[in-house]
Amino acid sequence: MENPVIELMGLTKLYGSLKAVDNLSLTIQKGEIYGLLGPNGAGKTTTILMMLGLTEPTSGKVTVCGYNATSNPVAVKKKVGYMPDNMGFYDGMSALDNLVYIGRLNGIPESTVRPRATEMMDLVGLGQAMNKKAGTYSRGMKQRLGLAEVLIKQPEVIIMDEPTLGIDPAGVSAFLSLIRQLSNQQNITVLLSSHHLNQVQRVCDRVGIFVEGRLLASDHIARLSNHLFSRDAHVVKITFDDQVTGWTECQAGLLNIEGVTRATVHENTVEVSCTRNATPEFVRYFVGKGLNIMGVHQKEYGLEEIYQRYFENNLTEKESNGKSGNLFQRSIFKKIKK
Amino acid sequence: MESPVIYFKDQFSKRLKSDLTHHHIVSPFSTIVRKEIGDLVRSWRFIVLLALIVLTFFGSIYVSMTNLKTAVTGPMEEGRLLLYLKILTTTDGSLPSFHIFMSFLGAILGIGLGFDAVNAEQQNGTLIRLLAQPVYRDNLLLAKFISPVIVITTLFLSLSLLMIGGGLIITGVSIEWVEVLRILSFVLLTVLYVGFWLSLSILLSVKFKQATTSALTAIGIWLFFTIFYKIVVNMVVKAFLPDPAFLSQGEVLYYNNVILNLLRFSPSQLYTDATTVLLLPAVRSLGPLTMEQMAGAIPTPLSFRESLLVAWPQITGLLAATVLCFALSYYLFMRREIRG
Repeated sequence: MENPVIELMGLTKLYGSLKAVDNLSLTIQKGEIYGLLGPNGAGKTTTILMMLGLTEPTSGKVTVCGYNATSNPVAVKKKVGYMPDNMGFYDGMSALDNLVYIGRLNGIPESTVRPRATEMMDLVGLGQAMNKKAGTYSRGMKQRLGLAEVLIKQPEVIIMDEPTLGIDPAGVSAFLSLIRQLSNQQNITVLLSSHHLNQVQRVCDRVGIFVEGRLLASDHIARLSNHLFSRDAHVVKITFDDQVTGWTECQAGLLNIEGVTRATVHENTVEVSCTRNATPEFVRYFVGKGLNIMGVHQKEYGLEEIYQRYFENNLTEKESNGKSGNLFQRSIFKKIKK
Repeated sequence: MESPVIYFKDQFSKRLKSDLTHHHIVSPFSTIVRKEIGDLVRSWRFIVLLALIVLTFFGSIYVSMTNLKTAVTGPMEEGRLLLYLKILTTTDGSLPSFHIFMSFLGAILGIGLGFDAVNAEQQNGTLIRLLAQPVYRDNLLLAKFISPVIVITTLFLSLSLLMIGGGLIITGVSIEWVEVLRILSFVLLTVLYVGFWLSLSILLSVKFKQATTSALTAIGIWLFFTIFYKIVVNMVVKAFLPDPAFLSQGEVLYYNNVILNLLRFSPSQLYTDATTVLLLPAVRSLGPLTMEQMAGAIPTPLSFRESLLVAWPQITGLLAATVLCFALSYYLFMRREIRG
């Protein structure tokens, strides 16, 4: 896996005195699906635009598919399919014509551009509606059209900015599985930015957490959660048929089990935190006590928690530095600028 | 979205890619131009402008046709009839002649075709998508300029050819080469004039994010030059220049030239001057002439080359203004942040 397709080195972008992207270094391998996560205004879109050479970095270097994106953007754009977050189409033209136009711009010859566009429309599930004007399309349909447009150029890299925005849940899962399949079959590298954590979690190999222009963490989701939640990595929730009787005795017993750090009760559920996976022991313990277990649920940390944790850490750091208002100010400044 | 990968197996195969090189590939620039022209011709905006121009054209031609008899039977210029130039310029005062009309309509045409060239694409979110394709930025800007120019050139060429053809049928007088040249250069000049307003409005469309702002600004500039500029120049002249009653003839001439040069900052003035010279061969100068200069001059119409020489500074001025606006919009657009 030492075939970097996207390489960012010390990338910085200033808008006036505002640091949109702050000394970002990141390497994405071929065939990888990478998720860029972060709150609004974190600099995700700016980073993506710099990868495509649509915005010049203040300092640092972007290399995509071996080309410098700043000095040679057209070569990069030939290899990269980009799907912006709020894309528009020529409303007066039919969806198919929109697609054909993009196909022609990518140098697809006249003789094959139309059949290929039709094929793409069928592929993304718009075969029935391809002769409708793009203006009549719903948000989700536009998103699919955008995907067709990315695919028609047969890219080596697909970059998507908030790709699942505005698609219904069924569409999202079809969309994501399509991305996954493409990446597997064609070895296409995919970079997607999102704030929909559970979706990113489902499809990405690696994620990067991006706050205020800095990459706070970049790793596999499993490793990220291990790293963050090492203190109470395993939380088990056990549900009983009735209120737990004699809790204090139970609690003492649980805390005696090796590795248990905490045990709490709430009506008929007990939550136990443990440094190792000791679920069978808990179950045996409760069964020995003669309690009727209805369900055992082992809690796993998803991106939601990881994200929350990183974000909180960042905020508390800021607060301790006396800059708590910074984030808020930023968003206000952004609005004024527009 | 079912079983997509089966499709892609074939789509992405090497065989298909190698096929691409053998076929005819249209360059991105001509693709954009083609699409822009298609959009333009089908847009309501263009149809309205077209109707406006065609109506004016036929209106002024009708007026000149009804007055043609008096114009033709008037004093002949060295035995030359130059009927077709007369059709273009004769008027009885009820309607201005076509080239005077074009000095306002050309501006409206140019502004109308260019005011939302870039900012509408940006507002709709199509600009970022377009620039994410392997297309140079300057190609887009150039296409935005060239496509309307192609359309209006076609429009004016067909109008003048229609006029010539109609004239041939109605009067039966054959056209002279000199007239063809003059009418052709009039058409080119008109295209240049519209091109100036077009490039100005494209500049504004790059500068302002809202299409309405750029349209209003362009109309403001146009109104300033057509209405207020003359008033301003008059005021300045009254305030700063001495009373002509106390001046010698030479000084009056000098100040007159100063005033004329001030007025020539207005593009419509340049256009009217140049078209007047090109369409009326009897016009020998655009400034005042003294009796000494006129003495010894043979009262014949100027040849095409001489008329062109008289109008050359005006033509150059218009061309320079157009290029300047385009260069500025190029400068602004190339380093512009394109996110919406």
